[in-house]
Amino acid sequence: MAFKNYILVCAGTACESSKGIALYEALEKELKAQGVDAEAQLVKTGCFGFCEQGPIVKILPDESFYVKVSPEDASKIVSEHIIKGRQVKELLYDQDQSSGTSADSIDFYQKQQRIVLRNCGVINPEYIDEYIAREGYAALEKVIFDMTSDEVIKELTDAGLRGRGGAGFPTGVKWGFTKNAQSDQKFIVCNADEGDPGAYMDRSTCEGDPHSVLEAMTIAGHTVGADQGFIYIRAEYPLAIERLENAIAQAREYGLLGDNILGSDFSFDIELRLGAGAFVCGEETALLASIEGKRGMPIPRPPFPAVKGLWGKPTVINNVETWANIPMIILKGSAWYSSIGTETSKGTKVFALTGKINNSGLIEVPMGTTLREIIYDIGGGIRSGKKFKAAQTGGPSGGVITEEYLDTPIDYESLQSIGSMMGSGGMIVMDEDDCIVDVTKFYLEFTVDESCGKCAPCRIGGRTNYNILDKISRGQGKVEDLDTLKDLAQAMRKASLCGLGQTAPNPIMSTINFFEDEYMEHINEGKCRAGKCKDLMSYTIIEDKCIGCTACARVCPVNCISGEVKAPHVIDQDQCIKCGQCFTKCKFDAILKG
Amino acid sequence: MLISEREQLRANIERRVIDFGNNRSALIPVIQEVQQKYGHVSEYVMQVLADVLHIHPVEVYGVASFYSFIGHKPKGRFIIRLCRTLPCEMKGKERVARQLENDLGIHFGETTDDGNFTLEWANCLGMCDQGPALLVNERIYTQVTPQSVHDILEECREVFGVHTTLQEKEMSCELPTSAK
Ligand SMILES: Cc1cc2nc3c(=O)[nH]c(=O)nc-3n(C[C@H](O)[C@H](O)[C@H](O)COP(=O)(O)O)c2cc1C
Ligand code: SF4
Ligand code: SF4
Ligand code: SF4
Ligand code: FES
Ligand code: FES
Repeated sequence: MAFKNYILVCAGTACESSKGIALYEALEKELKAQGVDAEAQLVKTGCFGFCEQGPIVKILPDESFYVKVSPEDASKIVSEHIIKGRQVKELLYDQDQSSGTSADSIDFYQKQQRIVLRNCGVINPEYIDEYIAREGYAALEKVIFDMTSDEVIKELTDAGLRGRGGAGFPTGVKWGFTKNAQSDQKFIVCNADEGDPGAYMDRSTCEGDPHSVLEAMTIAGHTVGADQGFIYIRAEYPLAIERLENAIAQAREYGLLGDNILGSDFSFDIELRLGAGAFVCGEETALLASIEGKRGMPIPRPPFPAVKGLWGKPTVINNVETWANIPMIILKGSAWYSSIGTETSKGTKVFALTGKINNSGLIEVPMGTTLREIIYDIGGGIRSGKKFKAAQTGGPSGGVITEEYLDTPIDYESLQSIGSMMGSGGMIVMDEDDCIVDVTKFYLEFTVDESCGKCAPCRIGGRTNYNILDKISRGQGKVEDLDTLKDLAQAMRKASLCGLGQTAPNPIMSTINFFEDEYMEHINEGKCRAGKCKDLMSYTIIEDKCIGCTACARVCPVNCISGEVKAPHVIDQDQCIKCGQCFTKCKFDAILKG
Repeated sequence: MLISEREQLRANIERRVIDFGNNRSALIPVIQEVQQKYGHVSEYVMQVLADVLHIHPVEVYGVASFYSFIGHKPKGRFIIRLCRTLPCEMKGKERVARQLENDLGIHFGETTDDGNFTLEWANCLGMCDQGPALLVNERIYTQVTPQSVHDILEECREVFGVHTTLQEKEMSCELPTSAK
């Protein structure tokens, strides 16, 4: 190392939006001002996954892990750590240092194993050299010069890698179909249209390690005989788009994309295509239609894209996370990879922990890790000491996992057997304050909104389901409604054209299965125990307790609280939108929720 | 639009279609550029695209109307898209929504009379652990609170103040010159 210290500053979207750039600039300024800019190298990195505690700064070689760092802390980091070699205690995650000061010692990282996210938070994603320095493009070199196509496919098949986009199809088998298809032209596509609410691992991978995706796609191109690749990425991800564009330009400059890659006779290039706000374009046939310049509507499969895809040509389409696994499998071998995970699901899976959990963020764990380990050991348990209610996985195609299943080792099959789905890896943790009917309504609203409308079961069935749930949430449901929901669910599963419609009823079936009592409470008693269904609750001010401090009236966004100063206040129930701001604001427990 | 401006626009579109491979696949990228530049895709633009790509204008309309980020009516200079999906809901997006509506005096799906702001819903912006999240044109804001809504809107208004004349000029200017 040429420098005595390396200061890694997170430049992921979350940290950037919480003053990450200002922090970087402040550090740069301080290093100069204090005359040590030759001793420490500043590096912008991708997301550390611990955005909850961002902005994050990590200092090498001693691996000090500083959290919630503000630009004002820059001066101290430089004067104390860089110049005097003393850690800035108040910025450490674990301030009493009972468990050490490096990232590895933090419980959030301890049970994790990083294959997909190996470079995120380690390298500067804007410089190809840093990727190369960590064995980047070595797998591509190996594939071009030392392996046959069949060997590559066998390696992936033996590794047991399955698609991370949701369906879990064996990647090696898919590549085999395309390789064996006869055609004058073939294509490689990366699905970066990540749209599941609660999932953002693909964004983070593209932002933090874009070259891993490019390298893997190029490997696929060489293996199946394609010379053109497309990355379809959603327009909602501006930073990821910028990093990918930059990475493509650098790879071309280095001769790792374009004609005669690494001096061989193999040529391959990659273009970006942006989504335009349609979730259904994540479905592979819709995505391909969108690249072709058409409406993003799914078409029946078979034929599968692997044999008849883009412009009717054989096309390998994989998810970002699937791609990011591949260079490591090629380098370290299938035996290594398949030693991680469970019988049917190998390797690791990235999950996005969100909701009522202490350490939200991106985590990567070996398949087979239990939900309990994820939520309690890594996630630090439920926020504000509340009670765990359920975890939702698989997004709008998935379902809920309850307390009694917390010890299930997670893989594709086990999740399915308990009525949920692996999906793309979003994991939304709910506590006792969340209403199961309300949550389910959210997913239905989402699928109704995103249905492309091509086939009736999804278009009409989804809408009908939503209306029934809405009725239940307003206390107007009937017991028979639950049967109607179940019947409709069966019909949608059987008759919908694509995965969106087929799986849209999953959240309903799963929640009715586990929480029928809560549905019944809404229906029979008009009661929402979590206090989330607005029509079944109200806020009122208790006259005796109100001292007339006016705090509530000032926060009410619709100005529906009236009263003189020092006199009891009143809420106009007709105007109240039940936002709960007054409830949170009142210091005198004078507002009753119920 | 003046005739000369129309001619200019047509020429630009033709050039960009060629940049994107001169086939149907160029349709969406070019529409997206027009959308970004002008805030909407006009009938004239659709007609030009249909001519250049030798397809029926209804095909172009069909594509443009399918995608929620593409509109054929003019929208505000700042399109504010608030995430409405579950994790952001759990972090209190409803209050942010009310604050936005109050401050701007419009409902979701509407544009302010001065043409500066359009308010829309988005489905998950991929910042779910940092919610509530919103997107203003291409800038992401996270952990938005009713209080910070005010600052965000002020920031937009400042940018807008500085760039008014520039924007006006841009209306007749070119699409990006660099290929892709
Ligand atoms: C409605 C719907 C949405 C989907 N969205 C995505 C997505 O955002 N990203 C993704 O990789 N796969 C998505 N898929 C799965 C793709 O159709 C396809 O299976 C996947 O891209 C294949 O890659 P894999 O084998 O690497 O998983 C979606 C499927 C459906 C039915
Ligand atoms: S199931 Fe829904 S999203 Fe899929 S093709 Fe049918 S209408 Fe479209
Ligand atoms: S905040 Fe509480 S005490 Fe103060 S006016 Fe409102 S209800 Fe009364
Ligand atoms: S719940 Fe919200 S809208 Fe209703 S009175 Fe309280 S602050 Fe006002
Ligand atoms: S963006 Fe900085 S840790 Fe995630
Ligand atoms: S749910 Fe709001 S950003 Fe994902």
